[in-house]
Formats: sequence, structure tokens, C-alpha cells
Amino acid sequence: MTAGDIPITIGMPDQGFEGYRFVGYNLYDTLILWDLSQGETEADVKPGLATEWSVDPENHNVWTYKLREGVKFHDGCDFNADNVVWNYNRYMDEKHPNFNPQQFGAIRTRTTNIASVDKVDDYTVTFTTKEPDSLFPLQTSFIFLISQCALEAVGGDYGAYAMAPSGTGPYKFDKLTPRERLELVPNTDYWDETRIPKHDRLVLLPMPEATTRAAALMSGQVDFVEAPSPDTIPMLEGSGMQIVTAPYPHNWGYQLNFVDGPFKDKAVRQAANYAINREEMVAMLNGYAIEGYGVYPPTAKYYGNPFRYEYDPEKAKAMLAEAGCEPCEITLAISTSGSGQMQPLPMNELVKSQLEAAGFTVTLDVMDWNKLIDVALKGRPTYPEYDGINVSRAVQDPFSGMFRFMMSSQFAPNGSNFGHYKNDESDALVKAIYEEFDPVKRDELLVKAHEMFVEEALMLFITHDVNPRAIAPNVKGFVQAQSWFQDLTPVSVE
Amino acid sequence: MLNYILRRVAYAIPISLGVTIFCFALVYLAPGDPLTRLLPDDATAETIALIKAAYGFDKPIPIQYLNWLGRALTGDLGQSIQTNRAVADEVLIALGNTIIISTAAVILAFTLAFVMGTVAAYYNGGVADRVATSVSVLGVSIPNYWFGIVLIIIFAVNLRWLPATGMGPGGSEGFSIWEWSSVKFAILPVLTMAMVPIGIIMRSTRSAVSEVLSQDFVQTLRAKGMGEAAVLRHAVRNALPGVLAVMGLQFGYLMGGSILIETIFTWPGTGSLLNQAILNRDIPVLQGTILVLALIFVMTNLAVDILQTAVDPRIKRG
Repeated sequence: MTAGDIPITIGMPDQGFEGYRFVGYNLYDTLILWDLSQGETEADVKPGLATEWSVDPENHNVWTYKLREGVKFHDGCDFNADNVVWNYNRYMDEKHPNFNPQQFGAIRTRTTNIASVDKVDDYTVTFTTKEPDSLFPLQTSFIFLISQCALEAVGGDYGAYAMAPSGTGPYKFDKLTPRERLELVPNTDYWDETRIPKHDRLVLLPMPEATTRAAALMSGQVDFVEAPSPDTIPMLEGSGMQIVTAPYPHNWGYQLNFVDGPFKDKAVRQAANYAINREEMVAMLNGYAIEGYGVYPPTAKYYGNPFRYEYDPEKAKAMLAEAGCEPCEITLAISTSGSGQMQPLPMNELVKSQLEAAGFTVTLDVMDWNKLIDVALKGRPTYPEYDGINVSRAVQDPFSGMFRFMMSSQFAPNGSNFGHYKNDESDALVKAIYEEFDPVKRDELLVKAHEMFVEEALMLFITHDVNPRAIAPNVKGFVQAQSWFQDLTPVSVE
Repeated sequence: MLNYILRRVAYAIPISLGVTIFCFALVYLAPGDPLTRLLPDDATAETIALIKAAYGFDKPIPIQYLNWLGRALTGDLGQSIQTNRAVADEVLIALGNTIIISTAAVILAFTLAFVMGTVAAYYNGGVADRVATSVSVLGVSIPNYWFGIVLIIIFAVNLRWLPATGMGPGGSEGFSIWEWSSVKFAILPVLTMAMVPIGIIMRSTRSAVSEVLSQDFVQTLRAKGMGEAAVLRHAVRNALPGVLAVMGLQFGYLMGGSILIETIFTWPGTGSLLNQAILNRDIPVLQGTILVLALIFVMTNLAVDILQTAVDPRIKRG
């Protein structure tokens, strides 16, 4: 793993989606799971601890979930409606006896729209939302359910529970040495027989240093490493390692400031997008990236047929001249490292040189990752001096990928709309999507939203990561899904 | 003497206090927020306020500091924001892991550097001196993280003699300094760590010994027919107090672990604990670790002072 510590084992993991990938979906299940069994198309959701879910046709604020029967937690306790109600309340309600601020904060953005969770019978629950949300089921695919009896067995002490966690997932907890290793063993009673792990033990080791990960793999100490740096990949391949890659919903670009600087003019935003030579960027990354012309890679469900900003520096110059932005001075906030940031320094240098070739004057303000997150959270009211911020994002669901950047209700510091983009048309479109409960029509609107996002040049689009992983030659069966999450259960070691 | 020791121990209190205030202030001056890592990247102001209150970060900084200090005085260093684990346990475990490699590195580096320094001083300007000086210049100027990576490439990746990273299959709990299966994991980190002090100590030994060798009493010793080995013994003994002071500083420094070396070798010691705490802005862990390390540094210096008195009765303490 690239994390510096073992992700927390008490339900909602920390360490970003890497924590979800290796601890969350291995120890635990969610009501709705992600289907990670193939790598041909973008991963979609599938039944998890819920077998079916539907919205009340009369009242679009009520969702009914049918739960899977006969599922047991690793500690032997039954999974049922009481458990779902208990878990959701412990995440949402600050007066709940098992409230934990870290857990509350970690999942808060996905629970804000839930008014209540109620048990109908032992295997049916209803969720009541505050506002209609046609995409609500997606939120429940990120919320992990832990065993209430296991937490009560340790008197509600999360520190003790972390050392003896119990879920319903395909792996059982075996051993945890904080900051060093987490050992998981197959759950041979897993409810989905096709996903009972085909290896004896899964050992997770945090190794934040890319060189160390490569060396550990090549010296035979580990079988599987995340995110080798592109320049070590030829060497890894040379020593017989398998390199797997796949597009996934990751977006590396810049959120822009729509109020204070030149990017308030749409023509300037579009000019910046025309100035980017994405082919050159991918080449610099040794081919381990995809050219980015939108929020999503083209294989994604909502990609559609958006306007395409082909590299055209002359056109960019002409547009800047017409917009009267000469020289067009912009300041970009960038980080030295960070989750999903790929190789921020050389990549930003390249973007700067490309923008400058088209008539921009670019100042890169380099800062530590925590500081950049702070800038993103507080937004342009606190940081009007930044015309763009280079925060790469997970764009797995439409809210994370698009809505939070295009809705005026998400103005920072109350949301992720860093640069205060406001457009009645886009607000209306998002509202229409939330209120469209016919999946086909809703998906058509989502495609429209993405096309509008691109046409408006709501971001400076650069590239998408392909998440390379390096695997020892004797490890078989791993299929890289087009997702932030991955299924390790089919992996076997020869 | 006892008086002196007590007074020195008492000095440690204001020093440690100063260190904690300084570090508390630094954490708040640094950009970013202790809660950023706890919150999703689109947390609302309402969520942030609730979490701040839950952790007591909504109180004024001096109050936060006093609250922390009050608990620290009773031995309770608090809990990690990130993991809920007790800071005291985290620091003790990390310190135990660092001591394994730093003690080995200290023994290796001090012995080698002292012998090399003495030989270099004795054969001042000769081949041995040049070799020893070259080694020490290399030791001082090679970045140790680079040296560590080179060692990994040679011994772990190419030759496959030694493992590249970690503390072995049992982790720190299963580590035993009496078993090769554990010890082999420590060899590369120890070698890398030993490179840090070797140059400095060798240089100070060399200059201290050669200075003593040029003094009049050495000529007197030789004049009265004393053998060269005995002369050298006198010289070394006279040079020792100065060298000990340098060694003490280096020892304290190595006990703090090395962030770079521990990160490269994923050695779960104090350096990597600090590094994680800094990245996560995990203030309780940061504070607790720095406090313990500061105390160790102060105690090491005290031990060196006492040792100096023991080897050189001319130094009077009181």
C-alpha cells in the first residue's frame, strides 16, 4: 500500500479510497457493492447486503431496501435490519451512544441527506431522505456495516474494537500490528461463494516510498505493489513483473476561480483548455495515463460526446487576444505530493510551459498537501489569489465527479465549489437529475451534465491516471477493475 | 556529584517545557489543519465545527496546550486523533524499534570511527590518514537516504542476500536480536544509519588525538622511553572527553531515529512515527513523541557529562 499506516479497521477507514479498497471492502460489506469482476467497462454497482432496493413511487423521499437473509458476521452474530439501523445512526447521530467523531466526519458528506433509517421487519429497512435523490443508492455503496455485538463485547471502546473487528466481508481479521501490518484470512463462510478468497492469507503492508515498494517486490518480499512510479516500471517489467493498468474514475486537472481572476471569462477557460498538449503529458508519464478531455475517461458511463479541446495553441492565443487577456496572468496552487496527485511537480511544470506558449503567464504556488486541501476547503473567499487549484479527485459517482463543482449550493467553504461557479442552468439540471427516478432518463441527463461541464470549461482538463500496479510473476487471477476499488479474492499464488 | 545530577535533572524540566511549547506553536503555524485528514475533501463548515468541538480544537490554543500539559504530567499523553490509539504506547513501541537499529549503529559507528580517527591521527599525513579522511568525507557528504537505496539495490534486489524492507514476517512483535531471521532485516538500516555519525566522530577523534600528540607531555613520555603503544594510550585517554561530547550528541540524534532512513526501510520507529504524525497533523502523537525524544536528548547529555567526569578527573562538577 502507499499509505503510511494501516487504515482504521472500525468501519469507515481512513487513508482515502486506498483504505476502502484494502480494509473496507475486504473486512466489511455495504448494502450495495461494486461489481469488480471485470475490467472491460467501468465498474457498476450490484447487490451487497441488500438484495434489492427501490424508491416509493408515491413519495420519492422514501427508499426501501430488502436485506440479504442468513448472513452472519465473522463473530457469529446475525446481520439484520436492527444492525443496519444501528450502524447508520452511529455514523449520523452525535447523541448516539456509539458515536465516534472520526467515523462521523469520514462519511458525513454521504449521510447529510438522510433524515431517518427505520426498520420495517427483520429484513427490510427504509431510508427517508430530506430531498429527493435519484442517486441515493450510490451513497449506500460507500457505508460499511460493522457487527454491533463485536463492538459491545469490548464495551463500545473503538480502540479495542480496532484490534478485534468483525464484519461480513470476504476476509476475516487475523492480526494487526499498528503502523506495520494487517493480516486477513479468508472468510470461508462468505455469502457470495464466488468471492471466497483463493489464497490462504492476505498481508497488507504500508510502504509510502515508491522506491521501497519496487525494491520489496523485486527482492521477493511482497507479491503485489500499488502505484510503482512510472520510471521504475520498465525495470520492473525487465525483471519479469506483471504490470496491470486500467482507466478508472480519476481526474487530474485544475478547479478554477470563477469570480476573482481571468477565468471568470469562459473564453479564457476554453483558451487554457486549447493550450494543453495532452499527448505530450501522457508521453512524459511513459504512457501511464490517459489524455483528459473531461471529468471522466471516455470509457465512463456518463462521458457522452462532449466538446473536445484539441491542442491548438494558435486558437488559444487568438481567444485570449479577443478576450483582452494579454498577458493573461494566472496563479495556480499545487502540492508537492498527495493522494491521487500522481507526479505533481513535473506535471505542473509541463502545464505551465504549455500555457505560457499560448500566451498565459503562470505562477505556480507550491505547497504542502495539507495546505492545498485547506485552500480547496476554504475556497476563493479566503484564497482569491488563486486562479486554479490542482487537487485531483475521485469522481466515482456523479456528485463527487460533477455536481459538487457545478452547484451554487456547494460554494466553498460549505462545499467543494472552490471557485464559486454559478449558473442557473446547471443548478436546474442537477435538480432535474435528482428528481428523475427513471434510470434511463436520469442517465441521459447525467451525460448532458458532463457535456455541459466540458463545454463550460468548468475545469482545466489534463489527464486521468491508469493506476499501474506491479505483480510478481507467480501471482495469478487479478483482474483490474475500472474502479478505485479492486477485488483481491480471485488472486492465487503459484 | 549527587547535587549536580539532581540539578541537571531539574534543568530538564524547563527545557522539555520549552520544547513542547515550541513544537505546539510550530504545528499551529504550519499551514493546514489537524482535522483535514479526518474529514472528507468536501466536508461542510457544519461538519468541521462539530469535529473541532469533539476534539477540543475549538478552544483557544493556550487552553489546548494547558489541557495537554495537565494530562502529560500524569503520564497520559492522550490519544492519536487519527487512530484513537494511546500515544504513550505508540511512542514506546516506536522507540523500542528505533533503539534496536540506533544502538547497533552507534556501536558500529563509534568503534569504527574511534579506531580510524586514532589511527589517522597517529599516522598524520600517511596513507592510513588519507584513507580514513576519505571515508569520513564520504560519510558526511553522501545523503544517507541515497546510500540506503543503493544498499537495497545491491544487497536486496541484485544479490538477494538481505531483505529490502520491514522488520520481518513477525513484525516488531516477532523481532528478536538473537535470531538471524530477524537480524537480517536490521543490517541494511544499521549500515545506513551508521554512515551518519561515522564521519563526524572520526574527524573529531582525529583532531583531538593529534592535538594531544603534539603536546609537550607526549614528548616527555617518549623522552623517558615509554613505548609507542603506551604513549598512544595516554593520548587517547586525554582526547576522550572531547570526543565523548560529540558522541553524546550523535547518540541523542540517532535515538530520534531518522525519518528518511526509517521511511526507506519502512522501519516502524520514532522517525516514521513523527513523519506520519506530521503528515496527518496528528498533534497528540507529534507532541508526545517530541517530548519523549527531548527528554532522552537531555538525559543523554547528562550521562555524557557524568561519563566525562569519570574519565577525566580534571573536569570538576558541582
